[in-house]
Amino acid sequence: MTAIRKAGIPLLAILIFALFWEWLVWFNAWPNYKMASPSDLGPAFWKFRWLFLEYGWDTLWRTVVGLLLAILVGIGIGVIMGFSRTMREALYPLLVGFNAIPKATVVPVIALLFVGQHDFNTVLMAFMISFFPIAVSVSIGLSTLEPEYRDILRALGASRWQIFTKIALPKTLPEFFGALKVSVTLAFIGTNLMEIVEPHGRGLGHLFDSGKISADYPLMFAVLIALAVLGIALYYIVVMLEQTFAGWAERAET
Amino acid sequence: MNDSPLIDISDVTHAYKTEAGPLPVLRDLTIRAAEGTFTAVVGPSGCGKSTLTRLVAGLMIPDEGEVRLHGELVKSPRKTVGMAFQNPVLLEWRTIMDNVLLPLEIVGTKLNRAEQRDRAMELLTLVGLDGFEDKRPSELSGGMRQRASLCRSIVHRPEVLILDEPFGALDNFTREDLWQTMHDLRKAETFTCVLITHDLRESLFLGDQVVVLSGRPATVQYVMDVTLGPDRVLDDLYTPESAENLHILRDQIKIAQGRDVA
Ligand SMILES: Nc1ncnc2c1ncn2[C@@H]1O[C@H](COP(=O)(O)OP(=O)(O)OP(=O)(O)O)[C@@H](O)[C@H]1O
Ligand SMILES: [Mg+2]
Repeated sequence: MTAIRKAGIPLLAILIFALFWEWLVWFNAWPNYKMASPSDLGPAFWKFRWLFLEYGWDTLWRTVVGLLLAILVGIGIGVIMGFSRTMREALYPLLVGFNAIPKATVVPVIALLFVGQHDFNTVLMAFMISFFPIAVSVSIGLSTLEPEYRDILRALGASRWQIFTKIALPKTLPEFFGALKVSVTLAFIGTNLMEIVEPHGRGLGHLFDSGKISADYPLMFAVLIALAVLGIALYYIVVMLEQTFAGWAERAET
Repeated sequence: MNDSPLIDISDVTHAYKTEAGPLPVLRDLTIRAAEGTFTAVVGPSGCGKSTLTRLVAGLMIPDEGEVRLHGELVKSPRKTVGMAFQNPVLLEWRTIMDNVLLPLEIVGTKLNRAEQRDRAMELLTLVGLDGFEDKRPSELSGGMRQRASLCRSIVHRPEVLILDEPFGALDNFTREDLWQTMHDLRKAETFTCVLITHDLRESLFLGDQVVVLSGRPATVQYVMDVTLGPDRVLDDLYTPESAENLHILRDQIKIAQGRDVA
């Protein structure tokens, strides 16, 4: 019963949404070059099925690699800022300023800087847009560790490393995963920004752009759906990891 | 009990460096505690009690004077100390059992895994937490968490146990239960305890000596030797003698706070 509910309710919601969408297009009598309807998507997917697979894979691995880099660098910066007040005061304005720059403006700069390096550029963009929440959450998690938590271990002669692995790190995990969920979505935006802008860039963003050039609305919408599916998949992978490694935080609140 | 005290705090003076200049917190403070005894320390709020515990634990070095445990100068934290605070600081991602075992992971032990669990179980049973070893801290009441925290502070058989207002946040009934638990622990384990408290009845019920600190910078203002024996019951607090002692302590606190004694 609960399994049926768990899968059934979201599926039903999706179905209702698709029906409403179909109805909207039919009711307004929108032609295909103005708005695609769900029934147009199937043929579009089928027609470009090989490109969808190939470009979908491009987009996916670029996003994941960018995200992994963001995790590595984000944790690195977060740890440095979390443990050293001086570094926190020094890096914080830099990070905030960097994050405030709209990333769409960075895209052409990078595209010109490393012309033709599609993979590199896209990964770089995904990384740049997504590391900020991770760095901030880790640094806040570490710097707000109550001194008593540190003292119970320090009083026993624990090393800094032991305090980090036994207390600071696990205590920061819930915040880290919260940030990671934001970063997943951001990384997708970064990947697609770059793929859309770069000529011959491959990836779903590129497919979207070709749809735009040939005014193929069903294709453009199909790309959006494909992106949504990838995004949902990655997001729920993170949720699963969160439940495995930081599930205790959820229980603690109830 | 041998004659050289286990805890020997002599002429300790300490100041915190703050932006507004040095803040003197302790001044010429001397406290001695023989092995196996229980020293209760009371004093006005903010006078430097927690600072004192940090010096005994070796988390800080005093500006002047010295702290010796077993005659050895304390220069850094040592594995023979256990600590518990007002906040039980249990780790939410560990079960109660694994929380209690934490010190053993740090100080190292000859016990194997099963013996470690037996040791923890022995303490959990003593404080009435058997059956809760696999629960998470958030599933326990405040008093139960504090019991678990006490188990963690002595699981590695420390020589010195430092308790900084461990019962301060509990309601009166729970607190009195825990006083009893403290006596049970004392009978089963050997440690020399320094207890910081705001509660004068608690200091009388648990302490072998009660040390009253003056206002900041704190120094020892008064020491009371408690004559109650090892088998104490709550009613001992309501004898004329205890009433008299409580009265004396209350007056001493007023003096420490800088108020007039009526
Ligand atoms: N790390 C620190 N830096 C600067 N000042 C501090 C620091 N820790 C404590 N103090 C100050 O030193 C004084 C004594 O602090 P301490 O915590 O030892 O007092 P306490 O007697 O334990 O207080 P309470 O009864 O509230 O627990 C206080 O005025 C406090 O503000
Ligand atoms: Mg204190």
